[in-house]
Amino acid sequence: MSILKIENVSKHYANHTALDNVSFDIPAGCIFGLLGPNGAGKTSLIRIITQITGADSGKIYFKDQPLKPDHIKDMGYLPEERGLYKKMKVGEQLLYLAQLKGLSKSEATDRIKVWVDRFEIRDWLYKNIEDLSKGMQQKVQFMATVLHEPSLVILDEPFSGFDPINANLIKDEILRLRDNGATIIFSTHRMESVEELCDYIALINRSQKVLDGPVKEVKDAYKTDTYQVIGNGMLLVTSPDYQVLEQHDSHGVFRASIKLLNDTKPNDLLRYLIERVEVHSFIELVPSINDIFIQKVKESHYA
Amino acid sequence: MHKIWLIIQREYLTRVRKKSFIIMTFLTPLLLAAFLVVPAWLATVSDRSDVVMVLDESGLFADKLESKKDMQFVTLQGSLEDAKKIYQETEYTALLHIPKINIQNPEGIKVYSKKNASLQTKVRLENMLEREIESQRFIASGIERELLNKMKASISLTTVNLSDEGEKTNNAIVTSAAGLIGAVIIYFFIFLYGVQIMRGVIEEKTNRIIEVMISSVKPFQLMMGKIVGIAGVGLTQFLLWVVLSSVVVTGVQAAFGIKPAPSPLEQYEAGRAQATGEEVATDQEGGAKEVVADVSHALGNLNFPLILACFLFYFLGGYLLYGSLFGAIGAAVDNETDTQQFMFPITIPLIISFIMSYTVVLQNPDGPVAFWMSIIPFTSPIVMMVRVPFGVPTWELLLSMGLLVGGFIFTTWLAGRIYRVGILMYGKRVNYKELSKWLFYRV
Repeated sequence: MSILKIENVSKHYANHTALDNVSFDIPAGCIFGLLGPNGAGKTSLIRIITQITGADSGKIYFKDQPLKPDHIKDMGYLPEERGLYKKMKVGEQLLYLAQLKGLSKSEATDRIKVWVDRFEIRDWLYKNIEDLSKGMQQKVQFMATVLHEPSLVILDEPFSGFDPINANLIKDEILRLRDNGATIIFSTHRMESVEELCDYIALINRSQKVLDGPVKEVKDAYKTDTYQVIGNGMLLVTSPDYQVLEQHDSHGVFRASIKLLNDTKPNDLLRYLIERVEVHSFIELVPSINDIFIQKVKESHYA
Repeated sequence: MHKIWLIIQREYLTRVRKKSFIIMTFLTPLLLAAFLVVPAWLATVSDRSDVVMVLDESGLFADKLESKKDMQFVTLQGSLEDAKKIYQETEYTALLHIPKINIQNPEGIKVYSKKNASLQTKVRLENMLEREIESQRFIASGIERELLNKMKASISLTTVNLSDEGEKTNNAIVTSAAGLIGAVIIYFFIFLYGVQIMRGVIEEKTNRIIEVMISSVKPFQLMMGKIVGIAGVGLTQFLLWVVLSSVVVTGVQAAFGIKPAPSPLEQYEAGRAQATGEEVATDQEGGAKEVVADVSHALGNLNFPLILACFLFYFLGGYLLYGSLFGAIGAAVDNETDTQQFMFPITIPLIISFIMSYTVVLQNPDGPVAFWMSIIPFTSPIVMMVRVPFGVPTWELLLSMGLLVGGFIFTTWLAGRIYRVGILMYGKRVNYKELSKWLFYRV
């Protein structure tokens, strides 16, 4: 079941097109990576989902219903540009934002208590936001995003501004949210976090969707049947079934990237190698999301 | 509705709890009290009585110079030289020497003092002597003072409105003051709190909280919540000022047992009385009484419920009309220094109506300028307030109020359109052409 269905959404501004006929589904209960270079249209799409702006054309369904203002209560949005009321106390601020999301005062107070303990920031409740460090402010902001337990959490570049320890804390929270049944849309142009966390991705470039699907399928689709082999001996591939893309030799140790051709299987290559050299390591070279991303972006630029 | 209410609460509470608000609220009545009470208090303090030694060689003034509370006379005999010596040894304020003079040609009267005699002392002595000499001249020419006093005319016109509701005495000054005070308060309120709205919006923009906010509430709700919340702050401050001022002023009066310094109105009346007859001392009391009676009568005849109702209406109407525009400016810029170009067209009608209201409008409250300015929504909150105490035809009042309501609905719509685009726009210097495009953006 998909929690969000985006159908042919377009958005034009005065001088440029932010989204051009974008469609994809976001399955419920997953971590969904919305990828794209800066200015690709990610934020525009998020703003349409959070109903900050409206689409020029196209439809969006949230839990199979056309998107309507009431759905906002069930979403949590952490914008890339973080901000809080500087002169407000942490506790008041959280209470205010939670109430705006439709929580009652007592409900909000209870949940704030749980979260401040989890983030170990109980001592800060009565401090002004402006007295907190930037990392602490980000924690407060993350809490504000998820306090009302939305079924859709949208995080725009969630790790920017966090030190590694707090980034891990947030990562764990994201995973916990997913395990509790929430869907997380995770917009970023930093790919290393995507492979770790995301179950699904969609890639947007120049206001168009370039690809989407489960991370594994995407990667499989971009596999090139290339294997990295490390071993001892003099490697000299003469078979037309295998193509050596790259080879380094030093002190009798070789390292080579070999591509399978003509429908051969990895075991065939292995058998071929064992007859000639001593194999120490045999790994399939799977393209990283980063590679795919760069490849796709380049493709679409030169298309 | 619930969300707007939450926003109103936040906007209200964060401002009311600010130190600057608390300080301003309590300091202003104290300053006002000080402004009223200190001059009066100083007057009483300096009221130690002057003692003037009098050496009257002419014998014309013997026993005629009456000692009063703040100026006493001690009569001396003997020569001037002796008198000077005695004076040197005393603490007395001055020595008045009246040589043998002719009442037709009173020359050579001198005042000796250790320090320079104050102007006030000099003038008082001069007046007393002049009056005494005049009386003596009257007697000499066979005119009785009593008779002269009877002949003296002192006129204070009482204006009476002849209207359908019958006759009403009024007083142009009281009427003008009632309107002007209301207009001044409205003028300052719009400015002070309009700018607060603008700052609040800019703060939300620069803090980048705006995107979080409008993923929870509609921009229009946020804007209206802010405007209404700040209106509440203004009204609170205003009411506290009224209450605290009266408490402080009456408290101080009770504590020191003094009257506040005369209000400008009283001073004006006193000045007018002074101008009409030189016999201030005798006439003033009667004249002042008459004026006070006149003022209180006129006050009684002002239509207070109407004025108060109009004040509240134009107070809020004017604030809402301009407040949303201030909000729109805040949304259109990134920081306060960029607000200048947009502030200009907003402040101009306000300042013009303020200036016109105490010049043209006050002089001719029913003239064409007054009429049009009190009908047009951008100037009516101030100008109509000045006109109301003079009496305004009901249809004009209704037209003006209706247009003001229409006006603020229009500016709120306009501001809302600019606001929803502007709050998400960063790092772009906006001009009017750009703003006008925003009005028709589909967001």
